[in-house]
Amino acid sequence: MNELVPTHETGSASLAEPLWKIRWKLIRRGIAQNWEIFKESRIGMLGIILIIAFGIFGAMWPIMINTVWDPMVYDPVVGFDPMTMHPSPPSATHLFGTDPIGRDILAQLMYSTGREFLLGVLSAVITVVIGTAVGTAAAYYGGFIDTFFMRIADIILLFPFIPLLVVIGSMVRLSFLPFAVIMGVLGGFGGITIILKAQALSVSVRPYIDAARIAGGSDFHIIVSHIIPNVLPLSFLYMMFSVTSAILSEATLSFFGVLNIDMSWGMMIHTADVAGYLFDFAKYWWLWAPAGLAITLFCAAFYMVGRGLDEVVNPRLRKR
Amino acid sequence: MRRYVFGRLGQVILTLLIYVTLVYFLMQAMPGDITMMYLSNPKIPQAAREELRKQLGLDQSLFMQYFSYMKNFFRGELGVSFSQYPKPVWDILMEKLPRTFVLFLTANVLSFYIGFVLGKVIAWRRGRAIDYAATVVGITFWTAFYPLLALVVIWLFAYNLKWLPLNQFIDPRLWSTAPFTANQVFGNMVSGAAIVAIGIFLISYYLLRGLKPSRRSRVYAWSLAAALVAAVLVIAARKGMLIYIWDITRHMILPVLTLTLINFAGTMLLMRDSMLETVQEDYVLAARAKGLPDHVVRDRYAARTALLPTVTSLVLSLASSMSGGMVTETMFSWPGLGQTLFTAALSNDYPLATGALAFTGIFLLIAHFIADILYAVLDPRITYTGQSDV
Repeated sequence: MNELVPTHETGSASLAEPLWKIRWKLIRRGIAQNWEIFKESRIGMLGIILIIAFGIFGAMWPIMINTVWDPMVYDPVVGFDPMTMHPSPPSATHLFGTDPIGRDILAQLMYSTGREFLLGVLSAVITVVIGTAVGTAAAYYGGFIDTFFMRIADIILLFPFIPLLVVIGSMVRLSFLPFAVIMGVLGGFGGITIILKAQALSVSVRPYIDAARIAGGSDFHIIVSHIIPNVLPLSFLYMMFSVTSAILSEATLSFFGVLNIDMSWGMMIHTADVAGYLFDFAKYWWLWAPAGLAITLFCAAFYMVGRGLDEVVNPRLRKR
Repeated sequence: MRRYVFGRLGQVILTLLIYVTLVYFLMQAMPGDITMMYLSNPKIPQAAREELRKQLGLDQSLFMQYFSYMKNFFRGELGVSFSQYPKPVWDILMEKLPRTFVLFLTANVLSFYIGFVLGKVIAWRRGRAIDYAATVVGITFWTAFYPLLALVVIWLFAYNLKWLPLNQFIDPRLWSTAPFTANQVFGNMVSGAAIVAIGIFLISYYLLRGLKPSRRSRVYAWSLAAALVAAVLVIAARKGMLIYIWDITRHMILPVLTLTLINFAGTMLLMRDSMLETVQEDYVLAARAKGLPDHVVRDRYAARTALLPTVTSLVLSLASSMSGGMVTETMFSWPGLGQTLFTAALSNDYPLATGALAFTGIFLLIAHFIADILYAVLDPRITYTGQSDV
C-alpha cells in the first residue's frame, strides 16, 4: 500500500531540526512521489484538468457580476433583460441565451458552479469523516461496535436513495445545507464504512500496531496516529466518488422540483421543463444542453480523478 | 449450505422488520396527518376532524399506532390510497410490481453482461486506444444526468426517428380488446425468456466446450438454439399472445436501453480493474506458456476469477440501480413501482408512498438475498456457518 501522507514517527527529540519541519518534508516528499504516479494516469489527468477548468469558470462569477455585468439583468435568480423576448437564443449580450423568465443562462451556470463545488465537497467530507471514524473504530474494537455499524451499513445499502429523498423532499422541502448534510451522513454510514473497515482491519494486525501498544500508546492514539493515516488514501479515493453521487442526486432531485434551492444546474433544467420547453427539444437546446453537460462533465471529472487515485492507492493497477 | 441459506433468511427477515419500522417512523415524522387534508374544507369543522382522528386511531399513542401498522402490514393491509380513493394500496402495488420487476431484471442482466464482456476486453488491451475510449465513454454515461439522458433517448429514437413509441408500456388502442391482462402477458414473457435463456446456456455448455469447437457442433448449437426460440414463439402465437408481447417489447426497448447505458460502466470499470489483478497471477502465465489460444486464456482463466469481485459490487449497486430505475420509469411514464412512489409522494398520498417505499425495500432485499446465495455458490472460499453439510 502506497501512502499519500506518510507520517513516520521519529521518536527522539534531540534533532537539529524541529520535528514539525521533518514531518512537513516527509509529507511533501510523499505528495511529490504520489503525484509522479498519478501523472501516469491519463484518465486522472483529464479529470484534474476538467476540475481546474470548472474552478476557473466558477471563480469568474464574482468578477463578472462586480465589473462587467449589470446585476439587474444578470442576477441568476431575479435578473431580467427587458430588451428581448424570452427565452432568447444565444446572442452577443447573452452568450448562452436566456431562460423562459428572462435570466441569463451563462450567469446561472457560473453562479451554480461554486455552489456545486461547495455541495459536493461538503457532503463528501462529511461522508469520509464519518466513514473513516466508524470504519476504523469498528475494525479496531470489533465485537458489538463492529456488528452494530455493519448492520446499519447493510440497511443503508438497502435504501434506494433517490426515492427516499423524493419522499422526504416532497414533504419537507430540503434546502441546500440540510441536503448536503443528509447526503453526507447517509453516505458515511453506508457502503464506504464497509470498505474502510476492511482496510483498517488489514492495518490493525500489522506488527507496528502491536509495537505501539507495547510502548504504552492508548487506543485513541493508536487509531489516530497509526491506523487512520494508513486508511486515509482509500478514504480520499472514495471522497471523489462521493462528490459524484452527491451532485447527481442534487441535480436529479432539483429536476423533479422537490428541493428548496433557488439556483443550481438541475434547477435550470427544471425551469425549462416546467415551462414546457423540453417538449421542443432540439429547438430550445440552450435551455438544457449547457446545464446538462455541466452536470455530466463535473461529475465525470471527479470520477476520473478517483480512477487516477485508484492507481496510486492500488499498485496492482499500475502499468507493468 | 442449507444452514447458510436459512441463516441469511433469518437476517433478511430481521432487516425487513427494521426497514419497515424505519419507513413507518420516517413517515410519522413528516408534518401533518390525514385530517390536515381537510383543513381548507369549510364543510368539515374542527370537531369533525377530531372525530375522524379518533375513528382512524390517530389519537392513540405512537407506539400503539406502530403496533397496529406492523400487524396490518404483515397481513397485507396497507390502507387505502388517498389519490385513487377507494383502491387499496396493496392492489395498486401488486399491479405495478411485475412491471418494475421485468424492467429491473432485464436492464440489470443486460448491463451486467455488457459490462462484463467490455471490461475483460479492455483490460486485455490496457493502455491502447480502445481502453481509454471505453473508459471515458463509460464514465460519461455512468455520471450522466439520468433524466436528461432519458429525454435525449426519447427525442432521438421516438420523436425524431419514430422507430419506437414515446412512452407508456402498452398501446391502449390495441389492448382495449385484448383477452388478457397485461400482467398475464408479462408472466408468460418472463417464463418464456427464462426457458430460452436456460436452453441456450445448456446448449452452449454441452456443444461449445472444448478449446476449438468443431464446425459440426457449432452448426448443431446454432440450429438447436434457433429451434428453441422458434418453438417458444410458436407457442406464444398459438395462444394469440404474440402481438401483445411484441407491443410490450417495443415499449420496453427505450427504458431498458437508457438503464443499460447508465449502468453498464460500473460493471465494466470494476471488471477491468479486477482483470488487471488476475492477469498477473501465475496460473495465467502458466496457461499462456502451455500455448493456449489467447481468447481461451482470457475468457476461461483470467475472466472467471475476476468475475467474483464484480458480483459483490453488483449486490452493492442494486439499490442505486433501483434509484436510476425509478427516474427512468418516471421519465418514460412506465407505470411501475418507481413512478407510483413518485406520484404518490408529490400528491401527499401518504399510505401509497409508505407502501411503495416499503415494497421497493422488500424488492431490493429479495434481490440482495438471491445475489448473496449466488455469490456463495460461485465462491468456494466462502465459509458457511455449518461446515459439515457442505
